Amino acid sequence: MLEALEGSMAIAKAVTRCRPEVVAAYPITPQTHIVENISKLVADGQLKTELVSVESEFSAASVVLGAAAAGARAYTASSSQGILLMAEVLFNISGMRIPMVLTCANRAIGAPINIWNDQSDSMAVRDSGWIQIYCADNQEAVDSTIQAYRITERTELPVMVCMDGFVLTHTYEPVDIPDQDLVDSYLPPFEFKRALDPMNPKSLGTMVGPDFFPEIRHSHHQAMVRSMSEIEAADADWQNLTGRQCGGLLSVDGPEDADLGILCIGSAINTLHAAREEHPELRPAKLIKLRCYRPFPAAALCEACRGLKDLVVVERAFSPGLGGIIGTEVRAALAAGDGPMPRIVNYTIGLGGRDIPIELYPQLIESLDSAHDGAFKIFDVELEKLAEEDR
Amino acid sequence: MTEIKDAQRLEELRRKHGRLAPDLSAAAEPSPNDDVRSRQPRFCGLESGHRACQGCGEALGARLVSETAGPDVMLSNATGCLEVFTTPYPQSAWRVPFVHSLFENAAAVASGMEAALKAKGKRTKVIAQGGDGGTYDIGFQALSGMLERYHNVLYVCYDNEAYMNTGIQRSGSTPHAASTTTSPAGQERMGKRHLKKDLLSIIAAHHVPYAASASVAFPVDVRRKVRRAMDVEGPTFLAIHSPCPLGWGHDGALTIQIARLAVECGLYPMVEFERGEVVSVMPIRDPKPVTEYLKVQNRYRHLFNDKDPRAREEREHLQALADFNIARYNLKGVGEDVMDTDGLDTVRRGGPVQVM
Repeated sequence: MLEALEGSMAIAKAVTRCRPEVVAAYPITPQTHIVENISKLVADGQLKTELVSVESEFSAASVVLGAAAAGARAYTASSSQGILLMAEVLFNISGMRIPMVLTCANRAIGAPINIWNDQSDSMAVRDSGWIQIYCADNQEAVDSTIQAYRITERTELPVMVCMDGFVLTHTYEPVDIPDQDLVDSYLPPFEFKRALDPMNPKSLGTMVGPDFFPEIRHSHHQAMVRSMSEIEAADADWQNLTGRQCGGLLSVDGPEDADLGILCIGSAINTLHAAREEHPELRPAKLIKLRCYRPFPAAALCEACRGLKDLVVVERAFSPGLGGIIGTEVRAALAAGDGPMPRIVNYTIGLGGRDIPIELYPQLIESLDSAHDGAFKIFDVELEKLAEEDR
Repeated sequence: MTEIKDAQRLEELRRKHGRLAPDLSAAAEPSPNDDVRSRQPRFCGLESGHRACQGCGEALGARLVSETAGPDVMLSNATGCLEVFTTPYPQSAWRVPFVHSLFENAAAVASGMEAALKAKGKRTKVIAQGGDGGTYDIGFQALSGMLERYHNVLYVCYDNEAYMNTGIQRSGSTPHAASTTTSPAGQERMGKRHLKKDLLSIIAAHHVPYAASASVAFPVDVRRKVRRAMDVEGPTFLAIHSPCPLGWGHDGALTIQIARLAVECGLYPMVEFERGEVVSVMPIRDPKPVTEYLKVQNRYRHLFNDKDPRAREEREHLQALADFNIARYNLKGVGEDVMDTDGLDTVRRGGPVQVM
């Protein structure tokens, strides 16, 4: 049944359906509403969980680490500076192969301080060894959160579900929160094989020297690569149960014979959809929604880009001194593939919450007339606001 | 490249390090006496064979804590010597569930473990442990949060008064005038310029049910305090003064003597707090001058340079700090007491206690 829910409330309800045993909560805009809503559900008796209201994001991540190591299904959420403060723990969680789910309400990173949406935060921890799934809308965020528990508990890889701050977290949309019975049938109780147990004592997080370290890293990488099939299966099974799917690793939408592709992650894909509909006179384009960013689905990407002459990669973060992050990775993946390389143009759009209006779409397409292969720029930058020497 | 099978490699390492895999065939049939609780009186939580230095106070303290606390515990360990010398993969010296995460989050990880156990309706006690760096300094915030949220966790700080794992750098716990590699004595400096942080008072100010200091010189007292803390349903804290022969610059055979002198001179007072109030102290029968404690350690060697007028001044500062502790906690014993520094140190083997 569809309900009009704020994104954060939808997430709180989805998390409730997953029956987490421990939730760590710490406020940060724009994630705050998620933990507020969870706290209210706990206060009202609708969610039975150990809610730990910690004194920092660092401890939030540490609490869920300890809880999951002790065998509990655990959840926390954060944003921006909070994700960076957690960074050390995030690497630790994945290195210990501890299953858990974290929602990242994507927000820019300061300085300059900025509370609005971009994806610099989750991009900054892309190498932390977590699975990263990006959501296009709130229904996807709900469904991906439930799928994430299934993925993490089958792969022993932690999952970060990324949803754009404000754009999704603070937006009311009609959303279906699946019934408890349905979620229970999809998500069996959590049984962690390596859980701390006095009857069978194990040491977790031990000191590993050069003798074994590369092997442990190798097995982590292999697990990440293998998790792609689990991510696809989780979405396929979800579709069988609910009739909805989130797009597996990535999904392509548009005319078969279009030789222009536009790839992006997160909620901007829906803006592109609306814009393409509004501008049928423009060059036909395939829209590629990259849902799973880590592990990076290189093979699926090559398949999706087969036959393209031009590919525009649109992203909401970048690496100063390099350019686009996703754009660079897409280029590397296609170069390693066996198909002909399209011309790849890479734009960062919407940094620090700058709106991505539909009107940008024609400019995007027109820019291809002059852009050279490998071009990168912050597409919506307004240079006249800068001093001459900074342009 | 030769492919080495994990099991082979493990066997190879075990042979190299003298730890062969136990023969499990005998233990295949479970015996009715085999449950964890029936083994408690003979329980050893931290096995021998770990890689601590000779005379390590921390290893001794950790053994006392784990064998007293018993097998129905889980440990959350901060980064530091204890974690390094007990868990060189693929070995572990722990007979209890153990997790090491990071330097600064032992208390937060313990909070999560406790929350998980609560959610599952289990009564296993969680113990967090770290050195003074992980407790006084980098892990202080997480510890304060754990105490404030009233988690049922015993936090044990093995206080050896510097960052020993990284090679003896000053911490918030390093005493005034002690020389470390980041507070070295020299022409312009007489070791650490600042005072030792009074952590126990800060912990007590959280009004936790129980917070105490202890010393590896008094194992009976350590055990009593661990048992006391284990009985509490709520956050408890124990700081155990643990000499580090390498960092303090003394012979490994002198660990106990030096730890005892620290208590007897008043520089490391043995105090117990309940809900923020002092409820008990270990009286000092005959307070010793601090110089007796200082002169046996290289970290204070610069305080005994007769040609340096600052040396005497610093010795006086340290004596004043010890006198202050004795006055503040009323540590001066009145007569002879079986529970004072001398009484606890006396070996008795059965029979009634003889009060001399």
